[in-house]
Amino acid sequence: MSEAAGDFDDEDGSGTIKKFMFLNRKAPYGTVYALEGLEVVLITAAFDQDVSMVFMDDGVYQLVKGQNTKAIAMKNFSPTYRALDGYDIEKLYVERDSLEMRGLSEDDLLVPVEVLSSAEMQVLMSDQDVVIAF
Amino acid sequence: MAIEINGKTYDTDEEGYLTDLSQWDEDVAKVLAAEEKVEMTDNHWEVINFLREYYNEFQIAPAVRVLTKAIGKKLGPDKGNNKYLYELFPYGPAKQACKIGGLPKPTGCI
Repeated sequence: MSEAAGDFDDEDGSGTIKKFMFLNRKAPYGTVYALEGLEVVLITAAFDQDVSMVFMDDGVYQLVKGQNTKAIAMKNFSPTYRALDGYDIEKLYVERDSLEMRGLSEDDLLVPVEVLSSAEMQVLMSDQDVVIAF
Repeated sequence: MAIEINGKTYDTDEEGYLTDLSQWDEDVAKVLAAEEKVEMTDNHWEVINFLREYYNEFQIAPAVRVLTKAIGKKLGPDKGNNKYLYELFPYGPAKQACKIGGLPKPTGCI
């Protein structure tokens, strides 16, 4: 959407690309945070910014394969994480302790991610211009 | 709001998008296309079918930029460009094609 990017540039005059990190800490269902957060990420992608996503705590459940929402009568939106690549959002990070504490490994996740330690995550976060938590 | 064709009722929202994706069929697509003043050709159907497949796979309606790129990958650069898609759907390929295809309004559509 180059028109949108153009508008963005005009407004702030410089066209600077900022580093946006979206921090996902909540389970996918039960609250709207995960779904709404994902929508914000997709919209941000239209503005040609440097976007990354972090999954930690119960947020790692958002990426788990084989979700079935029939019994709670909610839409299973987990396939949408596979569309992120098409939106040029390729930087997905998962915190190692959060995975291990829940008995999960990289193989349980539906998209390729980079698994980082808490210390590595800290470095990555301090390098961002904007961190938005959901 | 609703559309009625041959005794079958299709529910729509205030902007004319179908509210129940599973109700979609070619009959309602033709009516929605006529409302958008789009005359359906094989090329239009190709984009509509592509969008519906995309939705089935990812559970979202793609933004224009993403749609254009994905069509280019699958159907070639002749079709994966803004000019071609805007000729088919002058008021925005994502918005109009999603409506005709019975999908929700695209996320990130500004």
